[in-house]
Amino acid sequence: MLEMLKQPWPWYVAGAGIGLIVPALLLLGNKHFGLSANFRHVCASCFPGNVKFFKYEWKKEIWNFVFVIGIIGGAFIATTLLADPNPVVVNPNLEASLKGYGITDYSSMVPKDIFSWEHLFTLRGLIMLVGGGFLVGFGSRYAGGCTSGHSIMGLSNLQWPSLVATMAFMVGGILMANFILPYILNL
Amino acid sequence: MQSNHTSATAPEPITIETNPDHEVRSLDTMCINESEQKHPAWYNVKYLLVGLWFGIVFVKAEVISWFRVQEMFHFQSFHMYGVIGTAVVVGAISVFLIKKFKLKTIHGEPIIFHPKQFNKGQIYGGLLFGLGWALTGACPGPLFAQIGTGVTVVLVVILSAIAGTWVYGYFRDKLPH
Repeated sequence: MLEMLKQPWPWYVAGAGIGLIVPALLLLGNKHFGLSANFRHVCASCFPGNVKFFKYEWKKEIWNFVFVIGIIGGAFIATTLLADPNPVVVNPNLEASLKGYGITDYSSMVPKDIFSWEHLFTLRGLIMLVGGGFLVGFGSRYAGGCTSGHSIMGLSNLQWPSLVATMAFMVGGILMANFILPYILNL
Repeated sequence: MQSNHTSATAPEPITIETNPDHEVRSLDTMCINESEQKHPAWYNVKYLLVGLWFGIVFVKAEVISWFRVQEMFHFQSFHMYGVIGTAVVVGAISVFLIKKFKLKTIHGEPIIFHPKQFNKGQIYGGLLFGLGWALTGACPGPLFAQIGTGVTVVLVVILSAIAGTWVYGYFRDKLPH
């Protein structure tokens, strides 16, 4: 049993596991699944400035911070107790093209050839980590939610604006991955 | 003449009271925490447990893997599409059942849903988010999970995302919506 859990889980198990979070949060306390809001709660609680957007009763949203702490803890459990010792298996075409950019380390969930403290202060490290993070934060708030709030919660509730947002997420991602990222990875 | 919005009539207008700017709330997925009940802080442990489950699924299904996200955007793997698709189907069935049987929370509150309003931010913001998603290989949930797997440098990504959120809030009124 434990051996089975240590293998990478198939997509349908993971999908069902994530989908069930929607009713779990609703039934446990009327909470709508969404994670990017946490960035806003941090702004509201730590440095609201004089910005109206950050003036709200963030203490009511503490549950969302607790949820995040759980995610971090769960990820820790999965990488320690349930760790799969084998590297991530990726599509050979991707592997070949990444090799051309000097990305060969598959030991972690992220390519350590970019996502590490020693590579942070390279040009591509700064663009991908700092620039990418900025876009994720700015874009998700501008769109009114991220993959969890729109693509999972919004679509589950059959909201067409969430479908628009989800398609925009995908278009942005496809553009970046196929047409822009190759130049950045070459830096 | 009675308006729907008179506060004298009952439990409906919960939407407005934490932020007087109603527009802010209606545009956004957040701030829709409808629970009016006051519980001791330790009740939040239930969300910790849901989070733990979520974190484990994230890691074990490799959803938080930068490589898997690149595969998705290059159409080289079905994995991520399968995960998101199944999640939406399971979520939609759950929401349907909750609505159909008018299920209540474990504390007996009626469960409330919100229609989302369309605005252009969902397109502009969505595109920007997508660009960032392909760079970092992670949306907000997986970013937190990556910290849990020991990739501490992702803290930089999260701090940048918080900065991005703040800058959006600052310029919000000047942006097209």
